[in-house]
Amino acid sequence: MTSETATGPVETYRYDDAIAKKFLLATVFWGLIAMLVGVTIASQLGNWRLNFGIPWLTFGRLRPLHTNAAIFAFAGNAIFAGIYYSTQRLLKARMFSDALSAFHFWGWQAIIVIGAITLCMGFTVGKEYAELEWPLDIAITVVWTAFAVNFFGTLIRRRERHLYVAIWFYIATIITVAILHVVNSVSIPVSLWKSYPVYAGVQDALIQWWYGHNAVAFVLTTPFLGLMYYFLPKAANRPVYSYRLSIIHFWSLVFIYIWAGPHHLLYTALPEWAQTLGMIFSVMLLAPSWGGMINGLLTLRGAWDRVRTDPILKFLVAGVTFYGMATFEGPLLSIKSVNLLGHYTDWIISHVHGGALGWNGFITFGMIYWLAPRLWKTELYSVRLATAHFWAGFLGIVLYMSSMYVSGITQGLMWRAIDPTTGRLAYPDFIETVVRIVPLYWVRATGGVLFLSGVTMMIVNLWLTIARAPKEVKEEVYAAPSLRPLTPEALIVADRRPHRMLEGLPMVFTVLSAIAVLVGSLIEIVPSFLAHDYVEANPIRASGDRAIKPYTALELQGRDIYVREGCYTCHSQMVRPTEAETLRYGTYSRAEESIYDRPFQWGSKRTGPDLARVGGKYPDLWHFRHMLDPRAVVPGSIMPPYPWLVRDELDLSLSERKLRIMRTLGVPYSAEEVAAAEPSARQQAREVAARLEVEGAPQGLQDKEIVALIAYLQRLGRDLRQGVAR
Amino acid sequence: MSVIYLMLPFALLLGLGFTVAFVWMTAHGQYDDLETPAYRLLLNDEPVDGPARKGRDA
Repeated sequence: MTSETATGPVETYRYDDAIAKKFLLATVFWGLIAMLVGVTIASQLGNWRLNFGIPWLTFGRLRPLHTNAAIFAFAGNAIFAGIYYSTQRLLKARMFSDALSAFHFWGWQAIIVIGAITLCMGFTVGKEYAELEWPLDIAITVVWTAFAVNFFGTLIRRRERHLYVAIWFYIATIITVAILHVVNSVSIPVSLWKSYPVYAGVQDALIQWWYGHNAVAFVLTTPFLGLMYYFLPKAANRPVYSYRLSIIHFWSLVFIYIWAGPHHLLYTALPEWAQTLGMIFSVMLLAPSWGGMINGLLTLRGAWDRVRTDPILKFLVAGVTFYGMATFEGPLLSIKSVNLLGHYTDWIISHVHGGALGWNGFITFGMIYWLAPRLWKTELYSVRLATAHFWAGFLGIVLYMSSMYVSGITQGLMWRAIDPTTGRLAYPDFIETVVRIVPLYWVRATGGVLFLSGVTMMIVNLWLTIARAPKEVKEEVYAAPSLRPLTPEALIVADRRPHRMLEGLPMVFTVLSAIAVLVGSLIEIVPSFLAHDYVEANPIRASGDRAIKPYTALELQGRDIYVREGCYTCHSQMVRPTEAETLRYGTYSRAEESIYDRPFQWGSKRTGPDLARVGGKYPDLWHFRHMLDPRAVVPGSIMPPYPWLVRDELDLSLSERKLRIMRTLGVPYSAEEVAAAEPSARQQAREVAARLEVEGAPQGLQDKEIVALIAYLQRLGRDLRQGVAR
Repeated sequence: MSVIYLMLPFALLLGLGFTVAFVWMTAHGQYDDLETPAYRLLLNDEPVDGPARKGRDA
């Protein structure tokens, strides 16, 4: 603080706490909604009747609502509350623009509300955690940019030259999320609420999980680490254990994280070298993550006794501990052999909820209990109620995580069990492995209810705290010397230490971070565009045609229905190359099979069986009965019924446009096929309906959505099965 | 696997850049001054129009 404090005249300023209050209240509100939806879908897995046969209440549509609400509404608003409070104080400056702050707040809430409505209506891109359709993607980009301008404007106008480590984490978050969101969301609109991603198949998979993993990294990790580095020392009234470690933590984390995405695609049709790269970097992540965790926990040295009495420290300490657990488990699950057991099972669900409920949830609650009395200038209504919240939440997480571990490992072992005497699957019927774990779904739902009950305690506590707050609070005035205009020359003269120079030049720092992130990203993504490297040449049949054919107009429509209903939330389309999987599903999946898939639908969870080879496995009538009442053909099934598919008219008005867009994107449809999209789809629909009628289904199905879905399902995995000459 | 020609230079460049930055920063005493920011965080701003300075115009 000596050499660089060559400063200008003293200036006065006020902090904008109203914006932090708004975001804090939004956090609480959306947290309640996200968890209510979470408990609902957890119960739906326990009892299918809770889907009520209503489209917008069905699991496949509510699950994206739950994940998006938890990540972008609950955690998102929590991040903004913490950033708006701490940034102003760390930089000794009011936010750059009150108008931008207000735009950010109301814009973000509007996106959440419209997002929730559209997801319930089935408007979805069908890529996990990026489900919102293109108009909302554009809105997110605009609001996020406003946030970025507001933040960097504040950075430029700051009165504290040194940038505390928390600020770096915020910078990395703002830059990286912007890049991830834009790159992953590039798509071509078909209509107001339907679009196709420009990437297909394996490329879409790689981009999506590069985004998906880094959504975890730069929405749920780096900003919360920034919050940890601010609020934990503040709450403990102890300096962070090692400031040096925090710097190492930051740099190593941002550079390693961006490489880890392919660990979501182990044993899939992604080239093996990319899988191995993702695995290695994921394992490496253990070091910086645990460095950060240890740094957080050791900050409490000499203050551990206060954890007994202070619920804020309880939340923060438990939160950091859950961070440590989740970042140990993440690298573990990224090891290919472990992933082979855990992937597609509830183990992953346990893992993410350890992070979401334990790390993000508890850090948020600790921050809220610390912030609320300070923002509203009063005392917390009840410390005992806050402590009760902690224990309810903690017990809830324990029930949640332990039940999902048991469920995941049980099911994973059952899937792979092979009878050594016969060489056949020990549990050939998928449903056997489902029925076994249903009781655990109720334990999980109970854990969720406990966690939610803790949140209701917090709402009561906050309500009573705010009720007794003074009505009128004047914004206090602070004073600090302004910084001289920052020129690189002046800084070099003032301080020759390079890292300090970086800190003093936020824009330079920002650009460098962006370049670092982009370089890491390019290395993994650009190769996927070299299609001949990634996708083996489309095999040629004896007859001379290409083996993998584009979807017919009707199949494409059926695929869009599959995406709309969120089938991918429970069904994968990716057979891994293991004995157990090929015995259960058929030949393992290959990259070329999904070259026309926009979006790819490889999935990440098998609540139901894989569907990559389901085409031709059952008669059309089986699918008809299954969609109407899954238990009619699979006793014990937990799948929701889809009666509206038989009721609703098949809308093919966009088919021609859909095929034309696909053709633009390189799918080999002829001009004639595009022009005849609707009539040819109608023709195929009549054929499917006629087959259904022969098999015993009612008449008149050719105009219903169900025929399109059946046409799509019956197509899955068939192309490669027919004679291929190589 | 022609992509390796794209990947390797990038990877080497990154690794090299980090090594240089680290050595440079260590040599220039960057890590000597990493104590004060942690303590400065704990200092609360005192409002200039607080009770102690009542009456004074901000």
